[in-house]
Amino acid sequence: MIRIENLTKHYGNVCAVDGISFEIRKGEILGLLGPNGAGKSTTLRILTGYIPPTAGNITVKDLDIHHQALEIKEMIGYLPEAAPIYPDMLVYDYLLFVADLRNLRRERKTGRIKELAGLCGLNEVMHKPIHELSKGYKQRVGLAHAMMSDPEILVLDEPTSGLDPNQIVEIRDIIREIGREKTVILSTHILSEAEATCDRVVIIHKGRIAADGTTDTLKESTGREYTVHISLQEEDFESIRKAFADLPEIDAPVLTDSHNGTLDFSLTCRTGKDLRPALYDIIRREGWNLLEFHRQTQTLESIFRQLTKEG
Amino acid sequence: MRSTVTIFKKEFGGFFVSPIAYIVISIFLVLTGWFFFSTFFLYNQADLRNFFSLLPMTFSFVIPAVTMRLFSEEFNTGSYELLLTMPVSATDIVLGKFLAAVAFVAIMLLPTLSYGTFISFLGDLDPGPWIGGYVGALLLGGAFAAIGLFASSLTHNQIIAFIIGMAICFTLTLLDKMLIFLPEAVLGIFQFIGADTHFQNIARGILDSRDILYFLSISFVMLYGTHLAVLEKN
Repeated sequence: MIRIENLTKHYGNVCAVDGISFEIRKGEILGLLGPNGAGKSTTLRILTGYIPPTAGNITVKDLDIHHQALEIKEMIGYLPEAAPIYPDMLVYDYLLFVADLRNLRRERKTGRIKELAGLCGLNEVMHKPIHELSKGYKQRVGLAHAMMSDPEILVLDEPTSGLDPNQIVEIRDIIREIGREKTVILSTHILSEAEATCDRVVIIHKGRIAADGTTDTLKESTGREYTVHISLQEEDFESIRKAFADLPEIDAPVLTDSHNGTLDFSLTCRTGKDLRPALYDIIRREGWNLLEFHRQTQTLESIFRQLTKEG
Repeated sequence: MRSTVTIFKKEFGGFFVSPIAYIVISIFLVLTGWFFFSTFFLYNQADLRNFFSLLPMTFSFVIPAVTMRLFSEEFNTGSYELLLTMPVSATDIVLGKFLAAVAFVAIMLLPTLSYGTFISFLGDLDPGPWIGGYVGALLLGGAFAAIGLFASSLTHNQIIAFIIGMAICFTLTLLDKMLIFLPEAVLGIFQFIGADTHFQNIARGILDSRDILYFLSISFVMLYGTHLAVLEKN
């Protein structure tokens, strides 16, 4: 559907995007992840035709971004970061303006606006000026703007930034709903969001691709290691260290916290083997009072940190 | 073409949503009305010459005030990104905004038609200069609107856009009056560049193709400059 080839963008001396290539298949929800300033927004802005690339190419359905920009714009609905919508306009007037620019047929316009108002929950604010809206409502107007022409591709730049938790859940539901039929590309630096909504994740760091794959394959690829967090009612960390030394598969226990006769520590297991029964056996044998015991597998969070560490 | 009309409608409506339009129109009418009628009865002549002779001056700061927000505001709020990522070309955007500004100037001039009507009761008003004056006013307004639009496309700060626009308009207006300071060799060319003489010619009721061409080419050059500036913004 969309092929991005060797995309590069320089702003003066600063290289924002440095030779990115990936493909997006039809009907996929792709998450573009990266720390602030990694080049996510720049990539999306080039894709939507707002800024031209310094080098490289994007093709959408065999259309070329350099020569058929208008045709590509017709296929893409775009929500920029922070939804910068004309503050003086009324929501309804704005949506009507977008419908006109998107060449909706006259008889279709009001129907489509009503549909979107229902889908995005805009019915109460339809006749308010946009500068009076809260951030969440503004974001929804932006979403309605992006979906106006029922485009095949939706590009959303940090669609949930600045929203409260309830609004985030609502917007995510809307995105997933759209994602059933459409191709959606969204950028975010919130990892749980990518995990919750995206089929596939591309992690960008300093203008380059650091990882590309489904959230599951990303977790697989960085190893099957996991960490077990244990909290015991015990004073002597040395004896704990000795007791767990028998198990070759795990690293030495790391003390994370100690207070009032309680020791918190973590054990990292390098292999995929589930060692929890063995660990529990040891604790029972030693007769320690167990307060807490849980396993933490590799999260997208830790993969992200691993891949985008400075240095 | 359809997009141009859509942009035109949006921008033209946009003028009247904010108070700026009403303030600018009021200031314009108060200024022209006061300057015109304060001397009108002294001259004891039933014509609008005084009104039209002052028009380039008033337009020089009124029109940049109208056009200053057209691009600057979009750059400042970032709404330009939304606009440009919809299927519209930069030409559509520039033309739509320009036509909206010209239409606004026409609306602004509309109440001044009453001056002529009023004077025609007092004496014989020659219709030639009257009609010519308004044709000239629209041409001048168009040229200055293009200048203002160009200034607006250069910056995301409306005040700076206003000052740049005003500076260019004032220069064009005052150029003919500064000719005595210039060497003879370049006199002709500067005389042609000055806006005032061209406008006063038309306002006398003489529709010379050179004068019309002058205003059209100023508009064209400025709109083309705007187009380039907008493309360069990316």
